[in-house]
Amino acid sequence: MTQLALVIDLNVCVGCHACATSCKEWNSGGGAGPLTDQNPYGKDPSGTFFNRVQTYEVGEFPATETVHFPKSCLHCEDPPCVPVCPTGASYKRAEDGIVLVDYDKCIGCKYCAWACPYGAREIDEQQQVMKKCTLCVDRIYDTQLPESERKPACVMACPTNARLFGDVHDPESNVSLAIRERGGYALMPEWETKPANQYLPRKPNPAVAAGSNPAPVDPRSIDGAYTPAPSSAAKS
Amino acid sequence: MNPAWSVIFLTTLIGAGQGLFMALFGVDIAVRLGALAVVPAQYFVTGSAVSFALLIGGLAASFLHLGHPERAWRAMAMWRTSWLSREVIVLPAFMAAVAAYGYAQATNLSCAVWIGAAGVLLCLALFLCTAMIYICLKFLQEWHTPLTFVNFLLLGTASGVLLAAVLATAVSSALAVALAVIAGFATALAALTRGLSLLRNAQLRPKSTLQSAVGIAHPKIAQKAQGAMGGSFNTREFFHGRTVAVVCAVKWIFLLGVFAVPLVLIGVTLASGALQWLAIAFGVQYAGLLAERWFFFAQARHPQNLYYQAIS
Repeated sequence: MTQLALVIDLNVCVGCHACATSCKEWNSGGGAGPLTDQNPYGKDPSGTFFNRVQTYEVGEFPATETVHFPKSCLHCEDPPCVPVCPTGASYKRAEDGIVLVDYDKCIGCKYCAWACPYGAREIDEQQQVMKKCTLCVDRIYDTQLPESERKPACVMACPTNARLFGDVHDPESNVSLAIRERGGYALMPEWETKPANQYLPRKPNPAVAAGSNPAPVDPRSIDGAYTPAPSSAAKS
Repeated sequence: MNPAWSVIFLTTLIGAGQGLFMALFGVDIAVRLGALAVVPAQYFVTGSAVSFALLIGGLAASFLHLGHPERAWRAMAMWRTSWLSREVIVLPAFMAAVAAYGYAQATNLSCAVWIGAAGVLLCLALFLCTAMIYICLKFLQEWHTPLTFVNFLLLGTASGVLLAAVLATAVSSALAVALAVIAGFATALAALTRGLSLLRNAQLRPKSTLQSAVGIAHPKIAQKAQGAMGGSFNTREFFHGRTVAVVCAVKWIFLLGVFAVPLVLIGVTLASGALQWLAIAFGVQYAGLLAERWFFFAQARHPQNLYYQAIS
């Protein structure tokens, strides 16, 4: 069974927000659109987004690293948002594992948002239905596009190739390979949602290790994995 | 969580309506068994009407919660998996039972007791559905306990029986006093279980941390940007935005309003025989329940909040 997913490489994400803006651009039209905004040019702009880039500072000055952290729906294999939906508007596709919302059935009760530990769902304040990342389902199967472009808009836009797209159930896919070789991990594993999207941890910075920067951060504490694979540390 | 007034009114209004109906049926059974003097049918008819009105009020409040109320009928579809869907089915069924019971009492139908028994079963099912909506969200650890069900059941029962006592003052002071005593016991029991859940929640340690949320094991992580500067659904829906002092004050307001003041007023009623205090006791307790439910939502810490600790 196919499970499409994104694998996000925190080692190369530079926090440019190109994924967030291209996501917004693509999904403002097409199957998911519009993604409405409130007060977009005013004092307190707000709007519907499927993908946001957050930034965290890890460590204690001066031994800090900046981690840019793109955050979107993880298309969990056991999505807690789906069974709670009273109307069946939220569903997980059997054929490719994408978690979607049928906007015509959604009553806007927000219960699915309460049931998502990641905060991946947002109500569209204008349309009053729940919205979330579709993995660009209206793009990845579009035979009008050249095959190389049948990828989510965020993946196409990423200038550093920090976003990989593929089938995590196929052990030979690019995403499975990356997860295996780079110690890919899931967010909040404690809730057993089995997120399909995974994150690739930071590698130790060779410049820091060589002593050109002061007080290196212990690589075991920055690499993100709870149980760091020894191979991933050795490779760098 | 940011408490939604629609859900606060829904759960407190139907809770009181459910408790009132159970009290009516209890009185009905007690009369039939000869434990109580005969009560005029008008009492059951009026009581059923008031219960029905409370349920209608709760249902109306729930519609205000929806982005698309005109599609609310669709919410009956997923009863196999969703407790919300089950509640959407059981609530109208219970309302039908309450209406049928009132009609049967008004026309003196012999099947009234069976309709009432079915109504009580639906009433208990409704308490279960309402509570399970919150209990089943395991990462909202403050809600994920059987105490949530026990508290909904006992708080609804206490307020409903107290309302039944208020209504009984018009027909029989002996009945009003008996119901006031039961309401007092239910209130005291609810104080115990709600106190237990307060103690439990005070000792909870969140399973999720910023470390598990972003998957970085370092003990010192500080958020520098959350991807939006003007707020988002994530900051509006899951943060109540009140200070610790306000939340703490609401806790004491509900402890006084739901438990202490009504118990004192019931005691005053029993000691003085002045039944008009019961109506005031009910009013205070219902207002206290609004505070209790607000606190119930505000106290729940959603793990998604870990991702929204700093704007820039």
